[in-house]
Amino acid sequence: MTHPVDILLVVVILLNFLVLGTPALRMTIRAAALQGAVLAVLPLLVHRGFGWRVAAIAIATMGIKGILIPGLLEKAMRDIHIRHEVEPYVGFVPSLFLCAVGTGLAILFAGNLPLAPEHVGTLLVPASLATLLSGFLVLTTRRKAISQVVGYLILENGIFIFGQLLIEAMPFLVEAGVLLDLFVGIFIMGIVINHIRQEFSSLDTELLSELKD
Amino acid sequence: MEIALVLLPLAGAVAAAAVPSQKARPLVVPVVSVLHVALFATILAGGVSSGRGVWLRLDPLATVILGTVSVLFLLIAFYVPGYLELRPDRDNRVFCAVLLFFLAMTSLLALAQHLGLLWVAMEATTLATAPLLYFNRTARSLEATWKYLMIGSVGIAIALLGSLFLAYSAHLGGGEPSLLFEDLLAGAGSFSRPWLRAAFVLLLVGYGTKMGLAPLHTWKPDAYGEAPGLVGALLAGGMTNCAFLALLRVYRVVNAAGEGAFARELLVFMGLASIGLAAVFVVRQRDIKRMLAYSSVEHVGILVLGIGLGGIGVFGALLHAINNGLTKGILFLSAGNIQRAYGSKSTDEISGAISRLPISGSLFLVGFFAITGSPPFGPFVSEFTIVNAAIGGGHPVAGTLFLVLLGIIFIGMGSTVLSAVQGRPGTASAGTPYKDDLARTAPILVAAALVLLLGLYLPAPLVSLLEKASAGLEARP
Repeated sequence: MTHPVDILLVVVILLNFLVLGTPALRMTIRAAALQGAVLAVLPLLVHRGFGWRVAAIAIATMGIKGILIPGLLEKAMRDIHIRHEVEPYVGFVPSLFLCAVGTGLAILFAGNLPLAPEHVGTLLVPASLATLLSGFLVLTTRRKAISQVVGYLILENGIFIFGQLLIEAMPFLVEAGVLLDLFVGIFIMGIVINHIRQEFSSLDTELLSELKD
Repeated sequence: MEIALVLLPLAGAVAAAAVPSQKARPLVVPVVSVLHVALFATILAGGVSSGRGVWLRLDPLATVILGTVSVLFLLIAFYVPGYLELRPDRDNRVFCAVLLFFLAMTSLLALAQHLGLLWVAMEATTLATAPLLYFNRTARSLEATWKYLMIGSVGIAIALLGSLFLAYSAHLGGGEPSLLFEDLLAGAGSFSRPWLRAAFVLLLVGYGTKMGLAPLHTWKPDAYGEAPGLVGALLAGGMTNCAFLALLRVYRVVNAAGEGAFARELLVFMGLASIGLAAVFVVRQRDIKRMLAYSSVEHVGILVLGIGLGGIGVFGALLHAINNGLTKGILFLSAGNIQRAYGSKSTDEISGAISRLPISGSLFLVGFFAITGSPPFGPFVSEFTIVNAAIGGGHPVAGTLFLVLLGIIFIGMGSTVLSAVQGRPGTASAGTPYKDDLARTAPILVAAALVLLLGLYLPAPLVSLLEKASAGLEARP
């Protein structure tokens, strides 16, 4: 029987493809939000025994990755009146293809690493690496500042999945710090986005190319 | 006790934000900084935490790096009021508060004895520097800040993944689930090797991005070029050293696990690649601040090269962290003054800096000689030690390459610096009323004196501290 964790992880991987394949910015933000919400459930299933610590992580993850950050991004999007990612550096079909290749490589790579007995046969490591790669792909191939922030968010999601392997070894303080940093980081990026808009009246990072040697 | 070193500047940041007067606010920075240095000295004299399970401790490595950062920050802090006096148009509330927050987070980073806490502190310093970079509110500084935030955040994310890999490697090795470095060091022998190697590569890439090692340095010329001079000094002398410390803490674990040879090979390679890249880009560089950025790429390369060579090279690298930090203070602060006097940072407009600004111009020249490793300044001693480690330690090729590249960089930087300081000031400098005065030159003079002193004489307590720190780094249980 398939473990429920694996079903969630398959959803996460499918959402990677959705983010890479759609030109609608609202859709990429919503997909990233949904991915965050799915990930919030993950600690409850991975961790044996339901404690206040795991519940706190789940609630904080849901709040920050699922609601707060996507909300901030959607607000930025509404303020600037942009709706589509037009002309990414790499087209939508090639980036979907790259994502598929990356996911395949992640599965191969994960198969070659030694795992603790309780993690053998789950999708945690390959899903983590695949999500990480997708995030990196979004980050590097998109022009719009908001898309790049979404890419960063997905990259962090990949790392969050890997963190599930270690939920016993990681004290709460560190996890809380990670979430807080993520939030503050995106918050500061949001402020910078706002300044980019005021300065250039657009959010195209292509305009940010004056500095070079 | 050590936590006071973090709480003091945090309280200072709150105080700075609360001061209503635009004129009085910058004075909070030097006051807090003096207290920070004093507190550091007090703790060093007797209050260092001992025992197991401590999250913050002023161990020898932390003492070397935090000592450097604290003194450098003190010098910069005394420059702050003079600098902000020239910028009455800008609200300095965020700037002053964030400077002190940066000091708090670098202190936390240096003292952290926990893999996760170390990462959190590194991320916090990254975020804290963003408003500092964007202080000038120009389109160019905005571009630099965006690049810095994106590249820095990805770097820090990769460092987090590396930390998780390291933790998983420890998890597979069995034993207590703990991310305290003392526990990691004790259990390192049984760690899972494939995960450990992958962890080191990721952490080298992640913290290497923050250090600005080539080819992960791409944010550096933009950030250093567009930031105010004092922020450049803080990044080049403070943040790079903190990222270096983070890398050292991880290297120590990898070394204890018996994978030191693998790690050292990577470090030598990255070090030489950084020095080589700097040699390519520093030649014919007309922008004095971008030139300093490439010089910073060179010197973080020298730091990891020294560690990679091992033996006496480790001593040299730790000494170089001190020398480089202080010398970058001279260079960036004097370059900031020159930029202000000419309204430009390009040698197209800058010439005759010594006659236009006798003190800042001369200090810029002194800083150039110091950073390129000319005697009798401090960096000469540390670079010479690293060359010795290469030649004497069986790395003749690396040693020769290192010397050749240093020669190229000396000539490349020299042509830019000399064309800036020599000759007659052009018409461009006539337009600005800027003049050297005590507030904006005294901190640079003190930095230059310290760098000279370190070149002439190494105090015995400093030598024993560096020996203790490097012995701890190389030790295998």
